[in-house]
Amino acid sequence: MAALKIRKGSSKHSAYDLRDPNAEVIETHTLAVVVDNEAGVLARVIGLFSGRGYNIESLTVAEIDQTGHRSRITVVTTGTPQVIEQIKAQLGRMVPVYEVHDLTVDGPSVERELALFKVAGAGDKRIEALRLAEIFRANVVDSTLGSFVFEITGTPEKIEAFAELMRPLGLQEVARTGVAALSRGSADPT
Amino acid sequence: MARQMTGAKMVVQALKDQGVDVVFGYPGGAVLPIYDEIFQQEGIRHILVRHEQGAAHAAEGYARSTGKPGVVLVTSGPGATNVVTGITDALMDSIPMVVLTGQVPTFMIGSDAFQEADTVGITRPCTKHNWLVKDTDRLAATIHEAFHVATSGRPGPVLIDIPKDVQFASGTYVAPADAPTGHYKPRIEGDAEVIEGLVEAMETAERPVFYTGGGVINSGDRATALLREFAEATGFPVTSTLMGLGAYPASGRAWLGMLGMHGLYEANLAMHGCDLMINVGARFDDRITGRIADFSPNSMKAHIDIDPSSINKVVHTDFPIIGDVAHVLDAALALWKERGSKVNAEGLAKWWKQIDDWRAIRCLDFKTSEKTIKPQHALVRLEELTKTYDRYICTEVGQHQMWAAQYLGFEDPNRWMTSGGLGTMGYGFPASIGVQIAHPDALVINVAGEASWLMNMQEMGTAAQYRLPVKQFILNNERLGMVRQWQELLHGERYSHSWSEALPDFVKLAEAFGAKGILCKDPGDLDDAIMEMLAYDGPVLFDCLVEKHENCFPMIPSGEPHNKMLLGEASTQDAIGSKGAVLV
Repeated sequence: MAALKIRKGSSKHSAYDLRDPNAEVIETHTLAVVVDNEAGVLARVIGLFSGRGYNIESLTVAEIDQTGHRSRITVVTTGTPQVIEQIKAQLGRMVPVYEVHDLTVDGPSVERELALFKVAGAGDKRIEALRLAEIFRANVVDSTLGSFVFEITGTPEKIEAFAELMRPLGLQEVARTGVAALSRGSADPT
Repeated sequence: MARQMTGAKMVVQALKDQGVDVVFGYPGGAVLPIYDEIFQQEGIRHILVRHEQGAAHAAEGYARSTGKPGVVLVTSGPGATNVVTGITDALMDSIPMVVLTGQVPTFMIGSDAFQEADTVGITRPCTKHNWLVKDTDRLAATIHEAFHVATSGRPGPVLIDIPKDVQFASGTYVAPADAPTGHYKPRIEGDAEVIEGLVEAMETAERPVFYTGGGVINSGDRATALLREFAEATGFPVTSTLMGLGAYPASGRAWLGMLGMHGLYEANLAMHGCDLMINVGARFDDRITGRIADFSPNSMKAHIDIDPSSINKVVHTDFPIIGDVAHVLDAALALWKERGSKVNAEGLAKWWKQIDDWRAIRCLDFKTSEKTIKPQHALVRLEELTKTYDRYICTEVGQHQMWAAQYLGFEDPNRWMTSGGLGTMGYGFPASIGVQIAHPDALVINVAGEASWLMNMQEMGTAAQYRLPVKQFILNNERLGMVRQWQELLHGERYSHSWSEALPDFVKLAEAFGAKGILCKDPGDLDDAIMEMLAYDGPVLFDCLVEKHENCFPMIPSGEPHNKMLLGEASTQDAIGSKGAVLV
C-alpha cells in the first residue's frame, strides 16, 4: 500500500488528535476540598492539577479539625464546564478526600482573602495612602516614618482594587493569603 | 488479638492475613529484614525476578489472570524506580497491585543516603494511593488499608514505602478485622432512575450496541455472566475494547469482535451507526473513539463505570451510571425483565442485516503466502492448534498485539493479559511468568514481537529457575512493526530507527538459559513447529520469522472517525463503493 498523502505540518502526523475539543467558554470556580491531614496530601492535590493540566488561580490550606485530622483546601480554578466537572470528579475519587464542594454552583457563598501591603512614601502620597486605607477599612499593622504596612480583608476584587490605588503611592511589597470561602446560611437545616 | 512483633515480621503476617500466596520481588539493602522473614516461613512463595520491572509485570499477569491483587517486594532507590513503569501500567489498566518498597532508615530520609529515592513522591501520580510508614505500630493497619484501596472501586496499584528501621523495630500487630477501615468506600449501586431511563431506551432502540471494556472483567464473574445473559436475552450486538476481550465469548452469536483503531470493520461501523450505545466498564479511550467530534454522532449513550471521573470525561453521556458493573447490570436486567423483556424486534432485525453486510467485507482477510509466514497466518494456526487448551494469552505491544486481539478467540474473562492503556513494550514476557505461577498446569503463551520481547528478556532466568513452561511465540519481522507501519503510511516511508539490528540467535539464546528454542520460517513447517512447542514441558522460545513489511489492518488513522477506516489490501476492492466512505 502506498504512503498516504499528508500535508506537511498536518496533525495527522501525530499519534493523537491534536485538535482542541475544549475551545469553549472558560469559567472560574471556587472549590472547597476536605481532606485527611496526612503527609503529602497537598502535594497530591497540587500534583493532580499540574499532572492533568488544570489551572490553579489561588490555593489555601490549613487544618480545620485537629482531633479528626482534617484539613480544608480552598482552590480557585478555571476551565470549561466539562473540565470543572472533571476536576471535581478527579478530586472526589482521591483516597484522602472526604468532600468536594463547588461553592460557585452550590448556592450563595462568601469569599474572603487577607493581604498585607507595604507602602513607602512621604508627604502627600503618604497621607493619601492612609486616607484610602481608611476608605477600604484596611488596618495599619506596622508604621515607620517612611512606610506603612496595611492589613486588608475582602474579596479578591477588593484587594485588587486596593493594590491598583497603592501602586502610584509607593507600593513596595504585597503578601496575599489566597481565598478562603464558605457557603452562606446553615449547612444543617435543624 | 494484638501481638508484638518486628515490622519485618508484620509485613509477612499481614500478607498472609490478606490471603497472599505469591510475592514477586528482588532483594536489596533496604528490604533485607523482610527477606530474612520470608526465608523463615513457608506460607508465602517468593518469585525472584531478574529486574524489578519484571516483578511488577509478573504481578500484573498474576492479578489479571486470577482477579486477586498482585504483590511486589523491592528495595529502595533503583528497586523502587525500576517498578515505576509497571505501576503506571497497572494504573492505566486498573490492575490491583500492592507494591512494598524498602526505604532508607527514617533518620536518614532526605540526606541523599545510599539507594535513597523519594519513592512516595515519584510514585504519587502513578499509584491509586501510597504511604510512607514511619511508625511500626502503623504498619499492619496501613498494609490492610492498602489492600482495601487496591481492590475496591476501580482497582489499581498502591505502594507502601517502609524504612529499614521501621522493619527492625517492634510494634503491635493488628489483624485485618481489627484494623480501621478508613473512609474510602466507592459507590457500588447505580442510580435507579438513570437505570430506568436506560432500560426504556433499550426497549425502543433500533440500532443498539453493547460496548464493553475491562471494567466488566474487573467487576468479576458475576458481571460477565450478567453481560452474557443480557446480550442473549436482548439480541443486542456486543463489541469490546482490547481490555475487555473474553467478557463476552468470541463464539457468542452477538459478538462483533474488537473495536477501535485496529478493531473490526463491523464493530466500528456499528459504533458509528448505532442509536443506543451502552458502554459497560469502558472509558472512551482515544484509541477507541477516533475523532471525538464525529464519534457515533447519532446515538444516545449510556455509560456504566465505577469511577465517577470516567463519566463525561471525553464523551458526553445521556445515561451516566456510576456503580459496579455487576450491580448495575443486575438491576437493569431485572428491571428490563419486570417490564416485559421488550425489544424493538423489527429494528433489531434490520440492524443485524446491516451488520451482516458489513461483515461480508471480511475485514480480517489477508493474502497467505507459500514462501513466507504471514503473521496473521501464524496466529490463525496458533488459534486452531491451541483453542481447546486451558489457555492464557499474554502479549507485548505493537502489531503482534493487535493481530492477536483480532485472530485469537477469547471465550472467558481473565484469559487475556495485555498492556492496553500504557502500551508497555516488555510487558508480556514477565506477565506470562506471573500467569504461569498462578496457573501452573495451564498453557500460557506470550505472543510477542522480537523488539518488545528483548526489552525484558532477562526474565528467561526466572522462567528457567522456576521451570515455568511459558511459550514465547515471537513474530519476528526484524522491525518495530507498528512504528514502521506509521512511518510508511504517515511519514513518507522514511524508516527512522525502526528496524531490529544485531538480533540474537533466539534458539541459541533459549539454549543458553537451559530452555528450548524453535526456529520456524517456512509456512509448511508451521503446524509441526507449534505442535513441538506445545509438546515441550518447559519454557520455549519460538522464533517465527514472518513477512517483514506486513501492515496491521483494519486501521482508523488518528483524528478520523470510525467510518473512515483503512482496510487491508485483500479487501480494498470490495470496500470501495460500500456504505461508510472507506478510505483506501
